[in-house]
Amino acid sequence: MSFLDLKNVTKIYPNGTKAVHETSLSINEGEFMVFVGPSGCGKSTLLRMVAGLEDITEGDINLDGKLMNEVDPSERDVAMVFQNYALYPHMNVYNNLAYGLKNRGIDKETIEQKVNDAAKLLQISDYLQRKPSMLSGGQRQRVAMGRAIVRNPKIFLFDEPLSNLDAKLRIQMRLEIKKLQQKVGVTSIFVTHDQVEAMTLADRLAVINNGIIEQLGTPIEIYDNPKSLFVAGFIGSPQMNFLDGNLKNKTLSAEGFEIKDINSDYEGEVTLGIRPEHLIQTENGLINLKVDLVEQLGSDNLVYGQLKNKKDFCYRCPGNQTIEKGSNLSLNIENNKHYIFDKSTGKRVN
Amino acid sequence: MTRFITSSFSHLILLIGILIMVVPVWMIFASSTHTSSMINMNGLQMFLGDSFYENYLRVLLYQGGFFKEITALKMFFNSFIMATGVAILSVVTSLMAAYALVYYRIKHATLLFWIIFITILVPLELRIFPTYSVMAELNLVNSYFGLIVPISASAIATLFFRQFYKTVPDELLESAKLDGANTWRFFVDFLIPLSKTMIVAMLIFMFVFGYNQYLWPLLVTTSEQYWTVVMGLKMMSGSIVHRFAFVIMSMVPPILIIIVLQKHFIKGVFQDK
Ligand SMILES: Nc1ncnc2c1ncn2[C@@H]1O[C@H](COP(=O)(O)OP(=O)(O)OP(=O)(O)O)[C@@H](O)[C@H]1O
Ligand SMILES: [Mg+2]
Repeated sequence: MSFLDLKNVTKIYPNGTKAVHETSLSINEGEFMVFVGPSGCGKSTLLRMVAGLEDITEGDINLDGKLMNEVDPSERDVAMVFQNYALYPHMNVYNNLAYGLKNRGIDKETIEQKVNDAAKLLQISDYLQRKPSMLSGGQRQRVAMGRAIVRNPKIFLFDEPLSNLDAKLRIQMRLEIKKLQQKVGVTSIFVTHDQVEAMTLADRLAVINNGIIEQLGTPIEIYDNPKSLFVAGFIGSPQMNFLDGNLKNKTLSAEGFEIKDINSDYEGEVTLGIRPEHLIQTENGLINLKVDLVEQLGSDNLVYGQLKNKKDFCYRCPGNQTIEKGSNLSLNIENNKHYIFDKSTGKRVN
Repeated sequence: MTRFITSSFSHLILLIGILIMVVPVWMIFASSTHTSSMINMNGLQMFLGDSFYENYLRVLLYQGGFFKEITALKMFFNSFIMATGVAILSVVTSLMAAYALVYYRIKHATLLFWIIFITILVPLELRIFPTYSVMAELNLVNSYFGLIVPISASAIATLFFRQFYKTVPDELLESAKLDGANTWRFFVDFLIPLSKTMIVAMLIFMFVFGYNQYLWPLLVTTSEQYWTVVMGLKMMSGSIVHRFAFVIMSMVPPILIIIVLQKHFIKGVFQDK
């Protein structure tokens, strides 16, 4: 049995909303797991069941070999960082960090040492006497992290802890969280709906949709090998291009072109997916793109345009290429990196 | 220039308001420092006389009442006990009732709350005889307990605390739970400090409420030993200056409480913002 084990966990809220469907998942000790998915897909619900803040309707959660279903959150030895931090407004930073330790009956000197160590690690030593209202967003974020770290819990749970920060700080804190987790080595679950955050932080990633884990794997596995239309569309930025097509006798006829020798015996209506970064410019390519707009990011250019049938399409090329608005590009799929999905079920077929 | 005029105009109105409120009180105070014969001959006085100590000491120590068993000093003591008792008991019970209503998974908590709330429509004056007979059955007539308890259940205070608790974010409770706080610790370590300002405000309010009680103490005390200041105002016999002195002194405790607690009250308001 692994460190954290979810077996057929289901959550039905009292009002009948089924937020999580029979979900099974194993997380190893020290692993950084990220739950990613669109708003309302049940990420928080799943996390909160691990924390004990929501009852489990069905299924079992085991942490470190012990069944957690009926264990009170205060007894679970988990720490959680909330989106709005939930710092204790009437306590100064020191007491915010120390509170959980005091409740565990730890003696004063040990508490002081632990708090000071955590404060140093998070560079908040200078603010220990301040109230949370006197801190900036980033500092509050650190205090929230500190509160989790001092207790040295079995597992860290993060519920979109970065979404209240501005873009720059978010990237910085993202890096720090990752470094910190590697340093402290605590098993962590991180919930986000930002796929970049998910890709950069995760050891493993669970892509969740409508209360179901659509795919579980390392970020690269999921990026390279999405198992469903949903995952393919969700992971990767800019989003994968999708074209309608028909698959017959290993030949795909898409909107305006054909690909032969497809590695699949499936026949019928399909959706063809091509990532913007998996295209190269050639002469007489398969795809003709009429350029509407070019976003220059410096390192890359994002080229937005339309195919012959007016379908929107995106192509990503190195930033040193100059592409004129209104020009016509001829593109090929690089190394045959294309994804084919059953149009009705969304399942990958190649 | 127009701004100056409008602002002096509003100041003028405020000043008039203050005068209307303060002048009568001042006149009673000034008059209470004269001798009775002076007041009887010349009417109310605007300026201080020289009988301050004489009058006030006499009032404080004079054995009053029909049986000459009670001094004003004892009345102040009784009123203080009663008002403090009412303030503390009602704040404590309201805090706990609101906590239970908001945080415990009580079925029909809202309905229960409204039932508590409509007791506002049934003030003590309406239920005074049943309440009296309960107290009599319990042998609590002529005791501080009997003075305090029946008026210490405050729906208003419960309402205020309940509304406040409802604004406390759920995440605070959740993160306290994960930090190992049980129900009691959450109440003591979080809700009480967070509602400090409101607690002080309610203490003031309920103190004054308890202090001002007239009908209930009148009914539940037969022994003069338990007379309160407000009862004394009615019962005190004596010369006019002594009554004035008593009136003036009866205003002191509520004012003192407000002055003492107001500091915390204001500090609380500004600290947590
Ligand atoms: N207390 C509740 N009672 C009833 N339904 C709820 C409750 N909390 C959440 N839900 C529903 O359960 C589903 C999953 O909610 P959840 O909060 O887990 O989503 P999420 O993935 O965390 O979304 P977000 O990214 O917006 O935070 C949603 O459809 C939501 O409306
Ligand atoms: Mg959420």
